[in-house]
Amino acid sequence: MALIDSWPRVLSLILILSVCLLVAGCGLDKAPMIDTKGPVAQAQRDLLFTGLFLMLIVAIPVFLLAGFFVWRYRANGGTGKYTPDWAYSGKIDAIIWLIPAIIVAILGYLLWTTTHRLDPYKNIGAADNAIVVQAIAQDWKWLFLYPEYGIATVNELAFPNERTLALRITSDTVMNSFIIPALGGQIYAMAGMTSRLHLVADEPGQFTGRNTMYSGDGFADQHFQAYAMSNADFEAWLQKVRQTGQSLDASAYETLAKPSTAHQVEYYADYEQDLFGRILAKYEQRPGGHSMMQDQ
Amino acid sequence: MLGRLTIDALPFYSWVAMAGAGVTVLGGLVVFALITYLGAWRYLWREWLTSVDHKKIGIMYIVLALVMLIRGFIDAIMMRAQQAIALNSEGYLPAEHFEQIFSSHGTIMIFFMAMPFVSGLFNVVMPQQIGARDVAFPFMNALSLWLTAAGAALVLVSLVVGKFSEAGWTGYPPYSGIQYSPGVGVDYWIWALLVSGVGSTLTGINFVVTILKKRAPGMTLMRMPMFTWTTLVVSLLMAFAFPALTVVAIQLGLDRYLGFHFFTNEAGGNMMNYANLLWIWGHPEVYILILPAFGVYSEVVATFSGKRLFGYDSLVYATACIGILSFTVWLHHFFTMGSSANVNAFFGIATMIIAVPTGVKVFDWLFTMYRGRIVFHPCMYWTVGFIVTFVIGGISGVLLALPPADYLMHNSTFLVAHFHNVLIPGALFGYFTGMNYWFPKAFGFKLNETWSIRAFWFWLIGFYLAFMPLYVLGFMGMVRRMEHYNVPEWQPYLVVAAVGAVFVLIGIFCIIMQFYVSFRDRAEAVDTTGDPWNGRTLEWATTSPPAPYNFAIIPNVEDVDAFADMKRRGVVGVRPAAYEDIVMPKSTGAGIILGGLAFVLGFAMIWHIWWLAACALVGSVVVLILRVSNDDDEFIITAAEVEAIESKRQFSQFKIATDASVAGRPRPDGQPAAGKI
Repeated sequence: MALIDSWPRVLSLILILSVCLLVAGCGLDKAPMIDTKGPVAQAQRDLLFTGLFLMLIVAIPVFLLAGFFVWRYRANGGTGKYTPDWAYSGKIDAIIWLIPAIIVAILGYLLWTTTHRLDPYKNIGAADNAIVVQAIAQDWKWLFLYPEYGIATVNELAFPNERTLALRITSDTVMNSFIIPALGGQIYAMAGMTSRLHLVADEPGQFTGRNTMYSGDGFADQHFQAYAMSNADFEAWLQKVRQTGQSLDASAYETLAKPSTAHQVEYYADYEQDLFGRILAKYEQRPGGHSMMQDQ
Repeated sequence: MLGRLTIDALPFYSWVAMAGAGVTVLGGLVVFALITYLGAWRYLWREWLTSVDHKKIGIMYIVLALVMLIRGFIDAIMMRAQQAIALNSEGYLPAEHFEQIFSSHGTIMIFFMAMPFVSGLFNVVMPQQIGARDVAFPFMNALSLWLTAAGAALVLVSLVVGKFSEAGWTGYPPYSGIQYSPGVGVDYWIWALLVSGVGSTLTGINFVVTILKKRAPGMTLMRMPMFTWTTLVVSLLMAFAFPALTVVAIQLGLDRYLGFHFFTNEAGGNMMNYANLLWIWGHPEVYILILPAFGVYSEVVATFSGKRLFGYDSLVYATACIGILSFTVWLHHFFTMGSSANVNAFFGIATMIIAVPTGVKVFDWLFTMYRGRIVFHPCMYWTVGFIVTFVIGGISGVLLALPPADYLMHNSTFLVAHFHNVLIPGALFGYFTGMNYWFPKAFGFKLNETWSIRAFWFWLIGFYLAFMPLYVLGFMGMVRRMEHYNVPEWQPYLVVAAVGAVFVLIGIFCIIMQFYVSFRDRAEAVDTTGDPWNGRTLEWATTSPPAPYNFAIIPNVEDVDAFADMKRRGVVGVRPAAYEDIVMPKSTGAGIILGGLAFVLGFAMIWHIWWLAACALVGSVVVLILRVSNDDDEFIITAAEVEAIESKRQFSQFKIATDASVAGRPRPDGQPAAGKI
C-alpha cells in the first residue's frame, strides 16, 4: 500500500485537479447566478453573498481555533497547558451563544425585509407596464400564452426588456418548477393552481430557462430560451409569430399536451379563447368551487 | 395467481440493470453458500438471528448499514460516471435506469444505511452508558431490526424483480401517483418505507422508555452522557416524526391502490399536502441522522482530549433546542411553492435559529480540546475533519434558509452539495467515528488505526472533490437529477466530481481492509480490561465484549463522567460480597419470522398477489398473538454463573488525570500519550 501512503503523490494529484478546476473556472464568470442579468436575480445573489460573509464571522474562528487547538494541545509534542477538570467558563458560554445569536438576528432582519421585497408574487415594476405571460408546464416542454397579443409559443419566451415579465404559471401535468436563472427564480407549477413570478431583464439578451423539478424521462431536455428584446425587436418578433404560426385550437392543444422530449420551438398565431382558464378548470373539481390558489 | 408478476419483471431492458441484478443474486448466493460451507446456520440462528440481546441486535444493524452503504455508493458512483460523460449524449444509462438509481441512492442512504447505523450505535452503546442490562422491550427491539431488514430486502429485490421507483427518494406526487408512475417501482418504495418506518417508530418508543426507566441509580437526566442525551432526543423525534411518514405513505398507497385522491391532480387531490406531511417527518429526520453523530463526537472529543466535556449543560440545552426546533422548519423545503412572504420569512428565520445551538455545539467541542491533551486516534481525525467540513455545510444551509436565495438555488446542485455537506461529515463521519470508538467494546479487540486514517483521508478529499464542484455547478444553473445536459461548461466540474467519487471508493476499500487487517491481527489488539481508551462513561466499565447482562452489579452514579469518577474514587474492580441471580430475556424467533412475513406482505402487495398478502397478514397476526401470550420469555443467570464469569474478568488500570494531579508537573513532551496520563 505504498501508493496509498505516498502523500506527496496524492497531494500533487489534488493540485493538478484544482488547477483543472480553476481553468474550468473560466465558465464561472458567465454563470447565470453570478453574472446575473436582472435586478431580481441580482438581489437574490447579493443576499446570498451577504449571508455568506456574515456567516464567515463565525466560520473563520472555527477554522482557526480548530487548527490552533489541535496543534497546541496535541498529546505528542503540544505545548499547551493541561487542565483536565476545566470544563466550563461562563464568559465563553455567553460568547458562543450570543455571537451566533446576534448574527442570526441580523440575518433574520435581512431575511424578513428581502423576503417581502422579493416576493415572487409582487410586481416589482410599474403595474401598468407589465407584460403578462401565462406559462403552462407540459411533459416535457413549456407552453407560453400571451393574452395581450393572442399568440402562443412553445419553448421560446420573448418579452420587451423595458417591461416587467409577469408570469402566471400552472401545470397540465405533474409538479414542475419554473426558473430563468439569469433573471431570478423560481416557483412551482401545479395543476389546477396558478402561481406567479415577476422578472425583469436589465437589457436585451438571451437566457436559458428550465424546469428544475424532476418530472420524468424527458426532464433533462425540458429547457427553453428566453429573449429580452427592445420594443422594436419585440414587435418584429410578434409579427413573425403571427405570420408563421399555426392555430392552437382544442385538438391542436390535445396533440401538443402529449408527452414529447426536446420539443422544437413552435409559434401559434392564435389560441383557443381562455385556454389558461380551461387548463386550470380541468383540475378544478373541488367541492368548494375555486381553490384558494386561483389567480385573483 | 401471481398478480402482475411475469417473466417481464426480470431486468432485460438494459445490460447495466442486468449486471446489477446479477451481482445482487450472486452476492446472495455466495453468502448463502459460505454459511452452509462453514456449517454456521445453526450457530447463526441460535446466537444472532433469534437474539434479543441489544448488543447483538446493534451489531446486526450496523452490518446491514455497511452492506447498504456499499449498495448506495454503487448508485452514487454510477450517477457521477453518467454525468461525467453525458454531455450532449445519453451516456451509458438510459433515462429510466438513471431515475431508478437516484431514487434508490437517496432511499437507501437515508432509510437503510443511516437509520440502521443510528439504531445500531444506540443499541450497542446506550444501555451500557446508562448502566442497564437491556432495553425496556427486548423483543420489540428485535422486531424493529427485522422490519428494517425487511424494508432493505424489498429495495434489494427490486433490483432483480421489477424496477425501483423513478420518483426520487422523496416520491413527490402527482408524479409518483398511479397515473404517471403505473409500474411497481413506487410500490416498492412505499412498502420499503412502510415496513421499515414501523420499525423506526418502535425503536423510538423503545429507547425513550429505556432511557427514562432503566438508568442506573444516581444517573439523573443531567448526569446522562451526551450520547445518551442525543439518543433520547432522537428517539423522541423518531416516535413523533415517523408516524407522519407512515401516514403519508399510506395515503399515497391509497391513491395508487384504491383510486383515492389525496394527492392527485384531479378530483380535489392536493399534492401540496404531501409536501407538508413528508417534510414534517423529513426535517426532524435530518436531526435524527445528525444528532447521534453529535453525541459520538461529544464522547470522543472528551475521551481523546483527556478532559471533561466543555459546557455539558450548554450541550444538553442545545440538543434539546435542536430537537424542538426541528419540528418548526419543514416549510423551508418548499419555499418555492408559492407561500406568502410572511410564511416564508417565518420559516426562514426559524431555520436560521437552529444554526445557533448547532454553532454552540461546535464551539463546545473546540473548547473541550482547549487545554486538553489530544491523542490522535483515528476517531479524532474523523472528528476534526467533521468540524471543519460541517461548518461549510452549515453555512450553505443558512444561505438556503434565506427564501430569496432559495428561489435561486432550490433544486440545483447547490442544494445537493449542501445536504451531502451536512450529512456526510455530520452523520456518516460520526457513525464511522462511533464504529472505531466502540468496536473493541462490541468485539473485544481494537480496529487497525492505519487503515482507518487512510480511509479518513480518502473520504475527506473525496468528499471535497465530489461536492465542491456541485456548489459551483449550482451557480452555473445545473439542476439535480439530470440524466444528460447540453452545457459544455459543466462537464469539467462533473469530471472532478466523478474523480471525487473514485476517492470515496478507495476510502470504502480502506474500511474493508481495516476490518480484514484488524480481524487478522486481532490477537495483538485484544482489549482485556474493557476500557481501551481510558474512557469516561459507563460503557467502559463492562468487559469487552460485555457479558450478556452487561453489569453484574448495577453501578452507582455520582457524576456526569460516571466511569471516570469511579476510577478517580478507586472503586473500579471492587468485587461485591455476593452476586445475585440475573433475569434476562430469552431468545425468540418471532422477530425474524415477523420480519420475513412483513417482507412477504410487502412483496405480495407490490405485485398484487392478493392471496399471498392475506396469508402473510394473517400469519403475522397469529405469530404476534402466539408471541405475546407466551409468558415463558425469561431465563435466569444464577449468581454462581455470574461469579464464574466475573471472577475471570480484568479491570481498567487507567488513572484519570485531575487538575491537582497534573499541576506543577512539567509536560512530558514527546511521549506517545495514548491514555497514559
